[in-house]
Amino acid sequence: MDKNQHALFNYCLRLGDNSLILGQRITEWCSHAPILEEDIALANLALDLIGQAREFLTYAGEIEKKGRAEDDLAFLRDANEFRNALLVEQPNGDFAHTIVRQYLFSVFNYHLLTELGKGKDSTLAAIAVKSLKECTYHVRHSGEWILRMGDGTEESKRRLFNAFEDLWMYTAELFDTDESDDLLVKKGIAVDMKTIHPLWLETIKAHLDKISFPLPSNHYLVQGIKKGKHSEHLGHILAEMQFLPRAYPGTKW
Amino acid sequence: METNQKKDSQWKVWEVFVQSKTGASFTHCGSVHAPDKEMATQYARDLYTRRSEGRSIWVLPAEDIVATQPTEAASLFDPADDKIYRHPQFYKFPKGIHM
Amino acid sequence: METLEKKSVAEDPILEEAFMTRLLNGEKIEPKEWMPENYRKQLTRMMSQHAHSEVIGMQPEANWITRAPSLLRKVILLAKIQDEGGHGLYLYGSTETLGTDRSELIEQLHEGKAKYSSVFNYPTLNWADIGAIGWLVDGAAIVNQTMLAKTSYGPYSRAMLRICKEEGFHNRQGYDLMIAMMRGTKEQQEMAQDAMNRWWWPALMMFGPHDKNSSNTIELMKYRIKLESNDDLRQQFIDRTIPQAEIIGLTIPDPNLKFNKETGHYETSDINWDEFFNVIRGKGPCNKQRMHNHIQAHEEGKWVREAAEAYASKHKQL
Repeated sequence: MDKNQHALFNYCLRLGDNSLILGQRITEWCSHAPILEEDIALANLALDLIGQAREFLTYAGEIEKKGRAEDDLAFLRDANEFRNALLVEQPNGDFAHTIVRQYLFSVFNYHLLTELGKGKDSTLAAIAVKSLKECTYHVRHSGEWILRMGDGTEESKRRLFNAFEDLWMYTAELFDTDESDDLLVKKGIAVDMKTIHPLWLETIKAHLDKISFPLPSNHYLVQGIKKGKHSEHLGHILAEMQFLPRAYPGTKW
Repeated sequence: METNQKKDSQWKVWEVFVQSKTGASFTHCGSVHAPDKEMATQYARDLYTRRSEGRSIWVLPAEDIVATQPTEAASLFDPADDKIYRHPQFYKFPKGIHM
Repeated sequence: METLEKKSVAEDPILEEAFMTRLLNGEKIEPKEWMPENYRKQLTRMMSQHAHSEVIGMQPEANWITRAPSLLRKVILLAKIQDEGGHGLYLYGSTETLGTDRSELIEQLHEGKAKYSSVFNYPTLNWADIGAIGWLVDGAAIVNQTMLAKTSYGPYSRAMLRICKEEGFHNRQGYDLMIAMMRGTKEQQEMAQDAMNRWWWPALMMFGPHDKNSSNTIELMKYRIKLESNDDLRQQFIDRTIPQAEIIGLTIPDPNLKFNKETGHYETSDINWDEFFNVIRGKGPCNKQRMHNHIQAHEEGKWVREAAEAYASKHKQL
């Protein structure tokens, strides 16, 4: 792969891994949601995310040209090769944590996919346009829950507040970039994170303003962790997710 | 804990009507539980359009549905049975006339 | 016009006779119409048990969702479990039309007053169990549900029609998974046979006790809630499933199995009824775990449900 292909490969992994790991996390809710209707809603969310991951990873494999398919990339890479953001690998916690994580990510992804859909790589743009419809609904679903928890009972306000406090530190990293991103931004393929960061913040602020809920302030933000550095959680996610293909190499399922 | 005293709630029941394609009637397809209109709409979407069954959804509180009783059926519906002149087949014309 | 809440007199020989005539004419009974109290009771019992089964049945499959060995298998399994939850919702909704609301139905489950299908009290131990559940457990369920789609209670019948339509893929994905395993490595074939050995008998038990020992069946059939007996349905399932097993190389775990050319039916050993009644009485391998999980999710979700209600009462226009 030349430098450009390598950059694009990495970029696709980043997009695919975000969706995959978050989708994997959401599936952990299966049969444990606060009410049966929400179990169905969360399953839809996970199905969308894993579906997106499949498309991004398949494309990554095509760019790489080493014959790796979506499953090779999902199940046979180790943690240090995963390119997802720290936010999406954080544990589900209570329902407030899951919803805040989802909301922070979905708003980010909404602005990202909106721009990516206008990008010069037609495959990426097509996946983005399709995924944006799903993401728009994710913003709506998680956003409505933010309002209900933030203006519900004393307990829900406290839990929502704690969730924002716990997760806010991982948000800056969503917008981290490296040289390969800059290369793709110049070519009109990748999205310039500097343009979507303020949009992301505005969207969230305007939403929380509806219920006069405070943004977390003066927070320590984890930064510069991209390039394969993760929290301790990812290793465990992968140990579980990758168990069968690892235990029985070369097997078709 | 503050939460353990109140009786459990599964939220109220909403009846769901789905329009399968533009121009079609909205058809009743079941119910969902939801705390309010917005969530009822979302849950109806999540539950009843998983296989592309819908283009549009109505939800309304189940408690607002009013039904007739079978005991009333005779007085309500039988009177329509002998009004055969309401149907086009009632009218016969001489051969050769096309309507 | 009568108010909806007024259910008329529960016992009334004249109304009951008219009701039975309607049943014999193949009419469907609708929620707000008069029905004998016993019909309502039997239906509520049976439908809520059915709803609980769908919901508890999510657990053994969810046990493998984070470990599904390919992304395609993962989304198929998730969509399938989600359908089970949806079917639980359809059935709770239909049961509620008889006058018992869902929180009460869930309370009955948690207090052990309502049952769910015992088959979900068995563990899913290897990946092929996911195939076996779709193929055998859903296969058995479909036989039952196809019959129930013709049941005399309108909402139950409509829910079953919708469910049968959606279940078509459940059974197929299970069998498809089993085929993949049987075409695979020796280890995969062993997993598949192991799953077959563990799920065959529980699947047969799903149809319930023999007709002669089933106190409910007679009444359910009188009310045309059920249209066929436990043993007849079980035989249909056996006859259709055995050739499917054989063609992919799976052995039915029954040394006495034979095909009777005269009747055209397979004959099997008798079910281990001691095991059957033990599991029903709560002594299956996973009864405690399944109930514990359900109660835990319910309790942990309470603050969420309350928050949404509090918000709704503050923002009435929503």
